[in-house]
Amino acid sequence: MLDFIMKLFRGSDNSKDQAKERLRLVLVHDRASLSPGLLESLRGDLIEVLSKYMEIDEPGLEVDFDRSEDAVALVANIPVKRVKREND
Amino acid sequence: MGEAIVITSGKGGVGKTTTTANLGTGLAHNKHKICLVDADIGLRNLDVVLGLENRIVYDLVDVVEGRCRLRQALIKDKRYDSLFLLPAAQTKEKDAVSPEQMAELMGTLKSEFDFIIVDCPAGIEQGFKNAISGADRAVIVTTPEVSAVRDADRIIGLLEAAEVYDPQLIINRLRPDMVRRGDMMDIQDIIDILAIPLVGVVPDDESIIVSSNRGEPVVLDQRSRPGQAYRNIVRRLEGLEVPFMDLEQKTVMHRLRTLFGIGGKR
Repeated sequence: MLDFIMKLFRGSDNSKDQAKERLRLVLVHDRASLSPGLLESLRGDLIEVLSKYMEIDEPGLEVDFDRSEDAVALVANIPVKRVKREND
Repeated sequence: MGEAIVITSGKGGVGKTTTTANLGTGLAHNKHKICLVDADIGLRNLDVVLGLENRIVYDLVDVVEGRCRLRQALIKDKRYDSLFLLPAAQTKEKDAVSPEQMAELMGTLKSEFDFIIVDCPAGIEQGFKNAISGADRAVIVTTPEVSAVRDADRIIGLLEAAEVYDPQLIINRLRPDMVRRGDMMDIQDIIDILAIPLVGVVPDDESIIVSSNRGEPVVLDQRSRPGQAYRNIVRRLEGLEVPFMDLEQKTVMHRLRTLFGIGGKR
């Protein structure tokens, strides 16, 4: 009975809501992953596009996911050797 | 030409084998010609759930390796003449069958049966890849738990990568009393997360264990709630529109009990 009254006042501390929130966070991370093959192919495509505009240090190019608490970002570190000029 | 449906989940112990046995039996009851395939090589179990464990002579691996003809390995069900089981090998490894062999077998079975229902092993390794090979569609079984739903999400991605599209969801072992108390994710929560269509919800019930003790699928028990849930799924697989059972209804008694804080005990 006391439990019930406590619940009334504390509002939503249901284990269901915890389950949903934990699932949401776990899936944000799970879903943001590419197989090594796809990541390699993304790397290749990036190099191809970027090379139209600049000369980049291909071996130094890093692409990976950056996972923070509740968001995921694709982070690319691209060392530039030389930017092409208009008429290059 | 029949249709091959794979029953899968990622996580073990969520009820794939029970689901396979019940859907197969229910479809056979409705006069379809059914072949159940136990693809869980090394952990044969569909035979015991169906009560057919004493009749096995040959198995799936014997068939693909040519030690017997398909017809010799198929075990006819005790109850329905149109229901057959192709049992898993118990002494072989998970990679004893290749995806190509499995796809070829599915092709052969589809020419003879209306539905082939494949009981997939847990996990996402070779055994899973073999089991989904040649499948026309997939049914994913989950329970309302974080770990099971997470694995189901992973399986949805893997099925798509394997070009098995539009999987459908069965939520198994739902406890309406726990949902009412707010201690279990409800149907809508799980559908929102997984974003695939629901084909059925099976309430948790003691009758499931009683029926598996006896080797008699609960779908045949007219008084059982899970039995009714499986019969509904069977009809949806046949392409009929069947309303979902109201498992979460709040009766006056429940409201009163909740009001006085004595709800939920069964």
